[in-house]
Amino acid sequence: MTLGPKDEAAGEGAAGYTVGPMLAGPECCTPEPVIGVRGLAVSYAGVPALKHVDLDIYKGCVTALIGPSGCGKSTFLSSLNRLTDLVAGCRVAGRIEVDGVDIHGPDVDVQALRRKVGMIFQKPNPFPLSIHRNLDMPLREHGVRSRDERESRIRAALSDVGLWEEVADRLDEPALSLSGGQQQRLCIARALVLQPSILLMDEPCSALDPLSAETVEKMIVGLRGRYTVVVVTHNLAQARRIANFAAFFWVRDRAGALIEFDTCQRLFEAPAHDLTAAYVTGRSG
Amino acid sequence: MPDFSSVRRRIFAPQARDGALRMAIWAAAGILFACAAWLMLDVAVRGAAGLDWRFLVDEPARAGRAGGIGPILVSTGLILAVAIAVAAPLGLAAAIFLAEFLPSGSRFAAWTSISLDVLAGIPSIVFGLFGNAFFSVWLGMGFSILSGGLTLACMILPLLIRTAEHGLRMVPDEWRHGAAALGMSRFSSVWRIVLPAAGPAVTAGLLLGLGRATAETAALVFTSGYVDRMPSSLLDSGRALSLHIYDLAMNVAGGDRNAYASALVLLLFLIVVNGLAMSFSDYLLRKRIAA
Amino acid sequence: MTSLRISSLFPRTPDGYIAFGLGAAACLASGILLLILIFVFGEAWPALRTIGVVRFLSDGAWYPTDGAFGLVPMLAASFALAAGALTIAAPVGVAVAIFRLHYAPGWMKAPYRGLVLLLAGTPSVVLGLWGLMVLVPLIARIEPPGASLIAGILVLALMIVPTVAIASEAALESVPRSCWSAANALGLGREAALLNVVLPAAREGIAGGILLAGARALGETMVVLMITGNIVQMPDGLFTPVRALTSNIALEMAYATGDHRASLFVSGLALTLLVFLLSFAAGTGRRRRHA
Repeated sequence: MTLGPKDEAAGEGAAGYTVGPMLAGPECCTPEPVIGVRGLAVSYAGVPALKHVDLDIYKGCVTALIGPSGCGKSTFLSSLNRLTDLVAGCRVAGRIEVDGVDIHGPDVDVQALRRKVGMIFQKPNPFPLSIHRNLDMPLREHGVRSRDERESRIRAALSDVGLWEEVADRLDEPALSLSGGQQQRLCIARALVLQPSILLMDEPCSALDPLSAETVEKMIVGLRGRYTVVVVTHNLAQARRIANFAAFFWVRDRAGALIEFDTCQRLFEAPAHDLTAAYVTGRSG
Repeated sequence: MPDFSSVRRRIFAPQARDGALRMAIWAAAGILFACAAWLMLDVAVRGAAGLDWRFLVDEPARAGRAGGIGPILVSTGLILAVAIAVAAPLGLAAAIFLAEFLPSGSRFAAWTSISLDVLAGIPSIVFGLFGNAFFSVWLGMGFSILSGGLTLACMILPLLIRTAEHGLRMVPDEWRHGAAALGMSRFSSVWRIVLPAAGPAVTAGLLLGLGRATAETAALVFTSGYVDRMPSSLLDSGRALSLHIYDLAMNVAGGDRNAYASALVLLLFLIVVNGLAMSFSDYLLRKRIAA
Repeated sequence: MTSLRISSLFPRTPDGYIAFGLGAAACLASGILLLILIFVFGEAWPALRTIGVVRFLSDGAWYPTDGAFGLVPMLAASFALAAGALTIAAPVGVAVAIFRLHYAPGWMKAPYRGLVLLLAGTPSVVLGLWGLMVLVPLIARIEPPGASLIAGILVLALMIVPTVAIASEAALESVPRSCWSAANALGLGREAALLNVVLPAAREGIAGGILLAGARALGETMVVLMITGNIVQMPDGLFTPVRALTSNIALEMAYATGDHRASLFVSGLALTLLVFLLSFAAGTGRRRRHA
C-alpha cells in the first residue's frame, strides 16, 4: 500500500527531525511539497507503464526513486517535466502539480516548465559544441541577453559542479573531449545555469567509473537544500548516502506502481511493506 | 562396398566450380577496370590535347569547332546556381519536417516517401518534357537558364531530401532530449544542435545533387536550350556544358577535339564534387565509429 | 523565479508556425510528382483522345506528320537495349561487388570503390561521347554502320554496372556475419558459402538493385541517342541501328507541333509508367526485406 508520509512529515518536520541518515547536509527539508502527483498513470502505445501513483516531493530535499528495472521510475521522472511528450504514443493521465500549477493545464508553457525543472540523463549528453557554448547556448535561447550575466552564471554553475578549476583554461575545447565524469558534471552545470528549482536525475552515476561516480555523488549532496532533487538510482547504498526521502517502485499487474514512500532512513531500516523489506535487504529485485 | 570414386567426384566437382567462380569474379572485376580505365584515359588524353587556359575563357567559334567554352561555363554555373538555390532550402525544409516534426509512420510520411521514390526514378527526358511544358510554356519562361535550373531543381530534390533526412535521423536522440530538457523549443534544438551535427551529411547530399545536376543533359535540351552566347540574364537561353559536348559530338563535324576537351572539364569538375561529397560522408562514418 | 504560465517576457520560437512552413515545403516537394504527372498527361491527352492508345501500338510505322504513330519498333528497341544491357551488367555488377568485399586484396579495396563511384558519377553524355568516338568505329569494322543495338547495349551496360554493384554491395554487407561463421563451421569454403548461403540471403537486395539498373537503362537518353543510329525499325539483329523511345523524344521535340508533340508526351508517359513499374517492383523487394 502506498503510505502517504505527509502527515508524519508535516508533524515531524515541524519538530525539526534530521533526515539524510549518513551525511549531515545543510538544513534543507521544509515539509512543504513542491511537486504533487495524484493518480498518475502512463502508458506507451496503450501498454500501461505506470499506474496510480500518488506522491509528494518536498522542497529542498533529495528524493531517491528505487526499485528494479522496468518498474516505471524513469517514466515517472520524465513525466515530471513532460519529457514524455517527446515519446510517440505515450499517454499521461492524472494530475501533476509543480508549485501548485497543473503542468498539463492548457496555458502552461512547457519550455518554462522545463527551464524550472532541469533534467540529467543516465548517459552524459553534452552537445557537440564547445564547453562554453554548451552552457551559453541555453542561456541565449532563454533570452538572457546580458553577456556579463551569462558569463557569471556560467562560472557559478561550473564552480557548483566543481568543474571550473578543471576547465577554466579550455572553455573553447569541444565538450566531447572531456572525460565521462566531467561530461556528466558539465550536463549538471548546463541544467544549473538556467537556475532551475528542481533537478531530475535519471541514474546520473550509473554510466560513470567509480571515482567519477563518487565526485558526482558528492556534488549532488552539495545541491541539497538549494535545489529539490529527484534521483533515480539502482544503487541502494547510494540512495542511503544522498537521499532524504525514498520512494520504492515495483511491478504490479504488469505495470509499475509506487509501493512505499517514506524518509530514507525509515524506508531502509523499518519498511512498512514486505516487498520493500525484501528489496532493500537484497532478498528480491 | 564403399564407392570411393563418388566421394572423389563430389570433392572434385565443387573444386572445379569454385575455381571457375573465382576466375569469373576476377575476370568481371578486371573487365570493368579495363573498360573504365579505357574510358577515362581516352577522355583524359584526347581532352588534354585541346585543354588550356584560353579554352576555358574564350567564346566558342565556328559552331564550337574552334574557340573555347567561356560563355558555356557561365551558363552552366547559372543553371546550377538556380537549381541549388531552389532545391537546397526546399529540400532541407522538407527533410527537417520529415525527420524532426512528423511522427514516423504517419500517412503523410508514407505518401511523401513513396512520391519521392517515384520522383527519383523518373527518366530525365521526362523531366525535360515536364520542364518544357510547365516552366517554358505554361509559366512563359521560354528556353531559359531559369527554366532549365528549375527543372534540374525538381530532379535533384528527392536526392537532397533523402540524404538530409538520413543525416538528421543519424543524430542521436540524447541530444534532442537534452535540448528539450533545457526548455529549448523544437525548432531551436534542430537549428542549434541537430542540424549542425548533421551538417556533413547534408553537405554531402548537396554535393551529390550538384554532381547529378552537372552531369544531366537530357532534361536541359528543351528547357535551357542551345544558345552558346554569353547569357545576359536568367531569362536568356544558355547552353550547359553537357549539352555542348553532345552538340559538338553529334551535330558539328570536326568538333571532336573540343568535345573531348569539354568532356574532360566536365569530368574533372565532377570528380572534385563527388570526391568532396565522399570525403564528407566518410568523415561522418569515421566519427560515428569513433563515438 | 520563472512562472510556468505562458508569459510574454521571453519571446518563444513559435514552433507551430515553423512546423507549418516546413510542412508546406514537404507538401510542395512531394507535390512535384503530381505536377509532373498532371502536365505530362495533360500534354499527352489530345493525342490519347484523337489517336487512341490502340493506334500507338497497332500502326505499322512512325511517320507522325503523316498520321502514322506506331511506337512498337521504338518500344521494342528500348526493351532490347535495356534487356541486353542488364544481361551483361547484372552478373558483372554482382561479381564486382563480391570481388570488392571478399576477393580484392586490402590495398585494392578503396581504389576499386573509387573507380566504381567514379564510373557511377560519369555523365552519360561522356559515356556517349566515348561510345561514339571509340566503340562505334570498332563495331563498324565488324559490321557497318557501327551505330547499332550492340553499341548501345555495351555502353549502357558500362553505365549501369555501378548501380548493380553498389546495391549488391549494400545487400551483401547486410548479411549477418553469423551466416559466414555458420557456413565456415559446416566446412564450406568461401565460394560454397557465397553460393549457398550469402548470395541467397542477399537475393532480394540484389534483385532490387538489378531492377533499378534496368529502370535506369530504360530511361537513359544520351547514350542511346548518340550511339544507336536512330533509325526507326524493329531490332532484328545486334548490329541493326535502332531508335529508342527516349532518343525519339530528344530528336523530335525541337520541331514537333500538334498531335506530333502530344504523341511525344504519350511516349514520355509510357516511359514513366514502365519505369514506375520497375522501381515499384524494386521497392517492394526492398520493403519486404526490411519487414
